[in-house]
Amino acid sequence: MKKLLTIAATLGLISAAPVAVQASPQQDLKEFRAYFAERFPDVPFKEYVNGVYAIDQASREQWESIEEFPPYELNIDNGKKAFNTPFKNGKTYASCFRNDGVGIKQDYPYYDTATGKVVTLEAAINDCRVKNGEEPLKWDKGEIADISAYMAYTSRGNKVNVVIPNDEGAMGAYERGKNHFYGKRGQLNMSCADCHQWNAGNRIRADLLSPALGHTTHFPVYRSKWGGLGTIHRRYGGCNKQVRAKPFDSQSDEYRALELFHTYMSNGLVMNGPGARK
Amino acid sequence: MASIKIRAKMDGDVTTVKALIKHPMDTGLLKDKKTGKVIPAHFIQEVVCEHGGNKVMTAMWGPAISKNPYLSFKFTGAKAGDTLKLSWVDNKGESDSAETQVS
Repeated sequence: MKKLLTIAATLGLISAAPVAVQASPQQDLKEFRAYFAERFPDVPFKEYVNGVYAIDQASREQWESIEEFPPYELNIDNGKKAFNTPFKNGKTYASCFRNDGVGIKQDYPYYDTATGKVVTLEAAINDCRVKNGEEPLKWDKGEIADISAYMAYTSRGNKVNVVIPNDEGAMGAYERGKNHFYGKRGQLNMSCADCHQWNAGNRIRADLLSPALGHTTHFPVYRSKWGGLGTIHRRYGGCNKQVRAKPFDSQSDEYRALELFHTYMSNGLVMNGPGARK
Repeated sequence: MASIKIRAKMDGDVTTVKALIKHPMDTGLLKDKKTGKVIPAHFIQEVVCEHGGNKVMTAMWGPAISKNPYLSFKFTGAKAGDTLKLSWVDNKGESDSAETQVS
């Protein structure tokens, strides 16, 4: 009898034990959305793509007047020209991307199970260059941002669709990104979440903190502060510096992982890049 | 034409004109980081908006106006479909203008 009970108990334990101890990305996304729904009950889900302008009427009016003459228009034109200019070997960027590179930004970033790396759009652009015998472009601004802006522009209206495959490496990258988002850093000992989740909608000196839901859809972004266009890793570096943490390199594994988590949290929202922000 | 993006909209009697002008608006006080030489002053001095043969707005600008200035003003006396002309002259004597229809 005792032996039978022991066997039964052991069997019971094995079948009851969960395979994954951590919450899944799908569960995280559900909780993330629920948090913002509760915090800003009057903001419709699809409006979050406009960041602070979804939660503050005064700054929205200023933003709408700026959008009358969108500051990123020239960047889109430059990007389109660069995108369609063939490399020295005669091939174009279109040869490296699905659908000739048109309307695909919503798939980025993605985890490449073959190489074990997170591939961002900017990284893919430079990979394409190197594959075709060209020098890679410098990150953060300039031509790479312009090309990204053009590709973002052709992807407007498409829903963010970051996929995290059920793969140990992919989950590892996702978790790394999640830990960066929620982890405190820098002399000011603050995390991304401190500003953009727990204090979204509150003031930080003269600025309003944008909600992290919908954060990534409008990149690359023309920031009035920069007087120009910049990529999402340019902003990550700036944010890290603002809490007086040493920034990581653009397109480092850390920022790629962060971008993976960060963009996943905006899944289902519509792409509206390139955008204009303060 | 190439340096001015302009829009004019009517709301009742009032026409609101919005324009974005592409211009470096250099003050003449900055130095080029690479050469160490002063970047010479190059800024718009006068902006004029004409409608129906009248000057409806004249602006006298100086180096205090920032790069790529955005300008917005209102006036009455126009109607939909009228042509407006906005022009500028800078301290080097360069100029440009653009026309638009009031909508």
